[in-house]
Amino acid sequence: MKTLEEKFISTKSIRRSTWISFILFGIFIMGCIGSWIWLKSQPLVDGTLSPLRKMLSFNEFVFGNLQGSQKKATVYTSKEAVTQVRVNGDAGLGDNFDTSTWKLQIIKSNLDTLYLGIDEIRLLPPTEIIFDFKCIEGWNQVTRWRGVRFSDFIQKYGLLKESELYYTGLVTPDKEYYVGIDRKSMLNPQTILCYEMNGAPLPMNQGAPLRLIIPVKYGIKHLKRIGTIFFSNEKPKDYWFERGYDYYSGL
Amino acid sequence: MPSQKIFYKHTRAIRWFHWINFPLLAIMIWSGLLIYWANDVYRLGWNDTTLLKFFPDSFNQALDIPFRLAEGMSLHFAFMWLFILNGIAYVLYLIFSKEWKYLLPNKSSFGESWRVILHDLHIRRGLPPQKKYNAAQRIAYSLVIVMGIGSFLTGLAIYKPVQLSWLCNIMGGYAFCRILHFTLTILFCLFFLVHIIQVILAGWNNFAAMIRGFEVKPIEETSSNQTLSETPEENL
Repeated sequence: MKTLEEKFISTKSIRRSTWISFILFGIFIMGCIGSWIWLKSQPLVDGTLSPLRKMLSFNEFVFGNLQGSQKKATVYTSKEAVTQVRVNGDAGLGDNFDTSTWKLQIIKSNLDTLYLGIDEIRLLPPTEIIFDFKCIEGWNQVTRWRGVRFSDFIQKYGLLKESELYYTGLVTPDKEYYVGIDRKSMLNPQTILCYEMNGAPLPMNQGAPLRLIIPVKYGIKHLKRIGTIFFSNEKPKDYWFERGYDYYSGL
Repeated sequence: MPSQKIFYKHTRAIRWFHWINFPLLAIMIWSGLLIYWANDVYRLGWNDTTLLKFFPDSFNQALDIPFRLAEGMSLHFAFMWLFILNGIAYVLYLIFSKEWKYLLPNKSSFGESWRVILHDLHIRRGLPPQKKYNAAQRIAYSLVIVMGIGSFLTGLAIYKPVQLSWLCNIMGGYAFCRILHFTLTILFCLFFLVHIIQVILAGWNNFAAMIRGFEVKPIEETSSNQTLSETPEENL
């Protein structure tokens, strides 16, 4: 049977092959509808249907291991950065937060905790990053940030062994917002513990005194106002993951 | 025994690709709407005048679209694999089976397509001679493949704008790729609309060919051309 080939066949066989084709077509349609109903009936795993959760993990496996997963985001000049930085979300920022008493807690694997004030963090060599910030909602903005490279920070405070663990967890002081991030992305040279935006100290609504800037991830991972940092081989709790989003959320 | 002339129109592979694509594209568009809602900034208009907002609140409410971004993303990034694999298999099939010869526009297609459109709008009588597809179909169906490739590339660019920054940058950057991706989706919907209308107008024989593979030639034509032993009465 080639396209456009013509032949004579009996009307009976025309009727017969028409019936067979349409019955098969009907089975196909029912199969599609059935699969959709099956998918929708699957249990939710952290807010997402379990087969789709598996696919998101598969995507993480593919794109997380792909050559280029250590890539840096495109950088811009300070002229290209916006002056009105969009504020989106205030989970974990609370009211009446006192930055003067703030200390960053780093939980080391042997359960002794390191406490650091903002002045100590500012002593480390600064890194500036101007990149296209991308929100998972779909908007983007070129923004300018300054802070200390997480990889430098790890080295300076002797956390190399801890950072060997697969995940880093970050939590706000009020524990209302929390993220978990894979070590590869945390050690990316563009990932900074950030204390300045557009050349001025971080505003309160941007997570003063210290926030995470991690250009290889969607905004949901750029935790504002870091209270605690810890390391783990288990996936740390993640605020938006619990609400159905992809854990990896890598760009 | 009564018999009729048939001609084979769509190979089995093409029919499968077509019908598998249909639910997959539907899911991609649906989940795309759930995603787009979270930053629904596009509109047709100028300055403060908006002719059409994408999408009006009534549209979103009617389809229960609001606050389903996570669901949309998980569907979109799961079904993208099936959609892309089916699309790639289809294009490879067109190439290796030489079916592309019936599909791609040729020299005369661009001129002839106007005659087809005028005919379909009942402005002019008579169609140019055609093989499997007429000139307008060749252009439309080829264009829809190009659109598919466009959706794939712009989608990839906004899915991994850092890892695939080269792709994102050569296509005009993140925000522009997002607009292109959205525009292509609207074009798919318009294509679908015209496609459905044309299929209804073309009638049963044409539609059935997409399922059973062949079209039955009209009896008058069959009997006038036939040289076999059947008598004309037997065809009626």
